[in-house]
Amino acid sequence: MMGMKSDIKLIDDNGLRIDGRLPNQLRPIKMEVGVVKRANGSAYIEWGGNKIMAAVYGPREAYPKHVQESDRAIIRARYNMAAFSVDERKRPGPDRRSVELSKVISEALTSVVFVEKFPRTAIDVYIEVLQADAGTRVAGITAASLALAHAGIPMRDLVVGCAAGKVDGVVVLDLNKEEDNFGEADVPMAILPRTGEIALLQMDGDLTYEELTNAMEMAMDAAREIYKMEIETLKSAYRGDDDDN
Amino acid sequence: MEEEKRIRKIVVPGEKIDMEGKPGRGVFTENGKMYSSYLGIVESRSGYVNVIPLSGCYIPKKGDKVIGKIVDLAPMNWVVDINAPYYAPLHVNDVPWRVEFGDTGRFLSIGDVVLAKVSNVNEMGQVWITLKEQGLRKLEGGHIIQISPSKVPRVIGKNGSMIQMLKDHTNCRIYVGQNGVIWISGSPEGIIKVIKAIRMIEREAHTFGLTDRIKEFLERGDE
Repeated sequence: MMGMKSDIKLIDDNGLRIDGRLPNQLRPIKMEVGVVKRANGSAYIEWGGNKIMAAVYGPREAYPKHVQESDRAIIRARYNMAAFSVDERKRPGPDRRSVELSKVISEALTSVVFVEKFPRTAIDVYIEVLQADAGTRVAGITAASLALAHAGIPMRDLVVGCAAGKVDGVVVLDLNKEEDNFGEADVPMAILPRTGEIALLQMDGDLTYEELTNAMEMAMDAAREIYKMEIETLKSAYRGDDDDN
Repeated sequence: MEEEKRIRKIVVPGEKIDMEGKPGRGVFTENGKMYSSYLGIVESRSGYVNVIPLSGCYIPKKGDKVIGKIVDLAPMNWVVDINAPYYAPLHVNDVPWRVEFGDTGRFLSIGDVVLAKVSNVNEMGQVWITLKEQGLRKLEGGHIIQISPSKVPRVIGKNGSMIQMLKDHTNCRIYVGQNGVIWISGSPEGIIKVIKAIRMIEREAHTFGLTDRIKEFLERGDE
């Protein structure tokens, strides 16, 4: 859908976007952990119009046996969009897109978890998109990272997902649905904020080298902001009388 | 009674720990600096800085007493779920009875609960448990609850003070497995009270002055 032609003006004369944001402004984000009692860890995130739930099970013995790795755990993320998550009913079940996203999310998470501590096991991460509004994979990664931390799984760092892109010739942060559909490019990233390492980088559309660098820079800055929110969410879950498990 | 509860310092995975000491459990180092690998609380003990996770699964250690549930039978062994990432086999040579080949079901059947000891763990994560020791046995009757294994030390208390207090106040028999499984036997009222107290310990495990608050709770008698 990227690069679809339309008459919609995505950036107005004052340089504001259609939802009134500045180019480097994030959508409002709300996070919560411990929303699924049966899971070992869970998180819920509202990121603009996105509503995403993540639940972590394990580490537990991996079955079928041939998927086991004798020296480490495998992380099986499953990204799934609910049938009602988009305007037009989405045919339920895995499709090309969600299989791809499950794979890249698994790999991004594997890079932070100390997988070698749990040989022969699997850590299952379920990411359910209840309502989609562009940038679900990055919001999903953020939620998954919170859920992993909440499940007590050892990690090098928290992961922060954040997207940047280009609409109407301007590099902007955190695209929304309209910008994603009618814009020129979308760059979802997963970042390890402590070291600034990149765990996931994809690009849909065309950007020049300068634009890409600029977009990545923007996402990096935003990631630090989201990182603070993640820390606050995890710590506050144990502060007040908030109950967990 | 909403008095101010002091809370231990909570860290998140990847958070830098600025404390003197050698890196202990739950801590990793990068470029000479210490970072937490868990969502947990920091403590400093005999020169080591540790992070105690607030949640997570049980990692078997040799010598731990655990409470497990039989989930499968085989001719020469039982398969026991000890709440770890891996099931543990209990071999017929590791029980105090003489078991004929294929006759395992006569002694322990699926769903039975045993108090066992971890006899060995290897680097592949395989676990072996045994019943051949004083005090280890099949647990009959009673009630079972589960807590996070990282909170077991708080339920036991210093030198068993917390658990002893629970026993004294309720006349219940209580076994706490290192894997976070707790077996309670006694009067129904007693059991309910113990469960409530343990849930309270679990909820407030990261606060100070917990023993006093639990004592107060037990003495108050209701709610």
